[in-house]
Amino acid sequence: MRKLTIKRPSLRALTLPGLSFVLAMFFGALLIAFSDSTVLKHIGHPVTFIKSAGVAIWQSYLALFEGSVYNPSLAKPHDALLSWYPLSETLVTAAPLILAGLSVALAFRAGLFNIGAQGQFIFGSIAASYVGFAFHMPIGIHVVVAVLAAIIAGAIWGGLVGLLKARTGSHEVIVTIMLNYVALYFLMWLLGTTRFLRPGRRDPISPDVLPSARMPHLAGDNYRVNLGIFVALATAAFVWWLLSRSTWGFRFRAVGANAAAAKTAGISVPFVMTAVMAISGGLAGLGGAVHVLGSDFSLTSGTAGNFGFDAITVALLGRAKPMGVVFASLLFGALRAGGGTMQANTNTPIDIVLVIQALVVLFIAAPSVVKWVFRLKNLKTTGELTAKGWNG
Amino acid sequence: MKALSAAERRRRRTLFVMAILAVLSTLIFGLFQKSGQNVTYGFTLDKEWVLIQQWVISSRTASLLFGVISVLASAVAFLQFRAGRTIGLASGIGSAGIMMSFLSWAAAGKFIPFTGLLQGALLLSVPLIFGSMAGVLSERSGVVNIAIEGQLLAGAFVSGVVASLTHSTFLGLVVAPLAGCLISTLLAVFAINFSIDQIILGFVLNVLVYGITDFLYKKLLIPYQSTWNSGPTLAAIKIPLLWKIPIVGPILFDQSIIVYLMYGVIFFINFSLFKTKWGLRTRAVGEHPTAADSVGIKVNRLRFMNVMIAGMVAGLGGAYFTVGGVGAFNKEMTAGKGFIALAALIFGRWTPWGAVSAALLFGFADNLQSVLGIIGTPIPSEFMLMVPYLATVIAVTGFVGRVRAPAADGTPYKRGESH
Repeated sequence: MRKLTIKRPSLRALTLPGLSFVLAMFFGALLIAFSDSTVLKHIGHPVTFIKSAGVAIWQSYLALFEGSVYNPSLAKPHDALLSWYPLSETLVTAAPLILAGLSVALAFRAGLFNIGAQGQFIFGSIAASYVGFAFHMPIGIHVVVAVLAAIIAGAIWGGLVGLLKARTGSHEVIVTIMLNYVALYFLMWLLGTTRFLRPGRRDPISPDVLPSARMPHLAGDNYRVNLGIFVALATAAFVWWLLSRSTWGFRFRAVGANAAAAKTAGISVPFVMTAVMAISGGLAGLGGAVHVLGSDFSLTSGTAGNFGFDAITVALLGRAKPMGVVFASLLFGALRAGGGTMQANTNTPIDIVLVIQALVVLFIAAPSVVKWVFRLKNLKTTGELTAKGWNG
Repeated sequence: MKALSAAERRRRRTLFVMAILAVLSTLIFGLFQKSGQNVTYGFTLDKEWVLIQQWVISSRTASLLFGVISVLASAVAFLQFRAGRTIGLASGIGSAGIMMSFLSWAAAGKFIPFTGLLQGALLLSVPLIFGSMAGVLSERSGVVNIAIEGQLLAGAFVSGVVASLTHSTFLGLVVAPLAGCLISTLLAVFAINFSIDQIILGFVLNVLVYGITDFLYKKLLIPYQSTWNSGPTLAAIKIPLLWKIPIVGPILFDQSIIVYLMYGVIFFINFSLFKTKWGLRTRAVGEHPTAADSVGIKVNRLRFMNVMIAGMVAGLGGAYFTVGGVGAFNKEMTAGKGFIALAALIFGRWTPWGAVSAALLFGFADNLQSVLGIIGTPIPSEFMLMVPYLATVIAVTGFVGRVRAPAADGTPYKRGESH
């Protein structure tokens, strides 16, 4: 029996994610130290070894920070604010990630594991960029239409999964894994067609979206940060409202908690599944729109990058809560943005970010490890993050 | 007419779909084809005993011929089904006929190296087969394994690096299963001992292996390429006499040791899963752990062991990318093959032979795509590449009969908790 307690937001909720992150950074540090040739040269001398390892780790993590938040060396005499340029980059990366993360989180709350955010993101990007470069519309309206097209495209691609699950019982994880590849190959095919290929180019890249369809910059043209981050934050607020304050959200969560009970209570489970996956797909599609209209402007086969997969780690780290997703996305956005600088300035590859991400999620999923390492006895952990086996 | 069981209905529907496809391909590729061009099939690869060198036939006639064969085969299969006999052979011929009808149409005016097409298909299927066998082992005992990709990649990385450092393909081959086993042990510990959600876990393990191998690739394998990443590769071994069999000989019996190990793995898993005590227990644990426990089977210990063996199998498959292939490791070189293996496992209904057939089919589709891409055909290669994924979606959505996972797949077992 689980005790019913009134939950209040508190710092304690941050303990597990926080400690998991610390532990993951620690393992990341070990990886940096033990793969560095200058550090390994000193392996026979403990003192110099630790010193040089410390230097390697400090430099890497400092570069990570400087690439994601604040870098004093970027400041120019006439513009001291430029040292905050990295923060703008973090926000640019975080915006699509928040939206894709919300997509996964929303589905999680309804008991569905949406691995397909990647595919939905791709369809969103395709729709947004097509509307963006192929049509001429007035400023303002153009962005809105492109964004709506992306939401619809993502919602169709996601809703299809929900419909298949509701109708035939096919597991959404299997279907979404497969549909991600279908979406990717579809994108690659599109980029080879005359409609999508940029005139004069032979490598797969689409034309840039027209200026009228771009998200306006927020802090002048020196910074890439754009309206997308506000779109993401507003959407997070909306998802929070949807999940915790609306009747629909209640139904979603009811299906997630116990589909059989929800059915007995008169909730149409097939409808909820389809609706949740459609909304979820729409969110990921919106992420694609924010990415293409906000910072990338053109479509390539790598447009979706890792957003759809990072979204899963973000949703898990954020405990499938909108606020959690926002913070987790800012963190991972920072890691991604800073990782580039780290790779350029030190000899630590950006891929350490993937390792840290995986470890964070692993520790969050396995609180016992964190509890054991930090000798915490009464750390409260909840088990909301479960998908079900293939027959679930 | 007596009521049909679910399985029979499923088979009838499959037959129905096949018959429609057979008729359609006869009509579209055969009767209504306008091109008067010839298609040439080549049948020799090496110095095997030759039956025929090549076969030149009008594309239209060939499509029509194979289409009619597939229609006839469908009819035979249907009669056999009515008579309650097995339909395997007839439906196999039927599907192959449809495929050949399509191929003869798509390759009008071109040369198709037929033996090469099949050989390439087998080579592309090897990692898929290893991966799906790993899936069979782990999922039949009740642990969902979507970390196949990670296990393949770990095997590829470690075997490539070790072979390069030691200049020994043998050592590379030995450590690959250990690397896969390391990943699957993590899967086992967290899934079985900590009861963590296995889908999330598999996903995370894939990310972890991607991260670590990408990291080390950039940090060690690129800068110190000559020592760390220039491993030797396994040579092909011709099996005396057998390799001289026309057409199939050079395809099946002129391969590296990994492929022969693969034959062994397939046979061994198929045999032991259905004919040994271990196999019976494994299936019991995957379908109904409580019942298995009540007769004294150590559910979690058996699962743990099977997941570890699964990792070894996948890891060995990973070696195929490096020591069995190009030698050098490349960033993310498994390129989603682990997920196609998962697709093959599901498409093959969690059975060893089903998974092998699906893997061969997907490998064939993949190779057909690249062969047709080179000679230039009406079908965009991207759509051919979608085939395995779409086929799997169609399979799980029950268009040609629902596929069902082992009942306890993905459910952690704790004694005393009913499921």
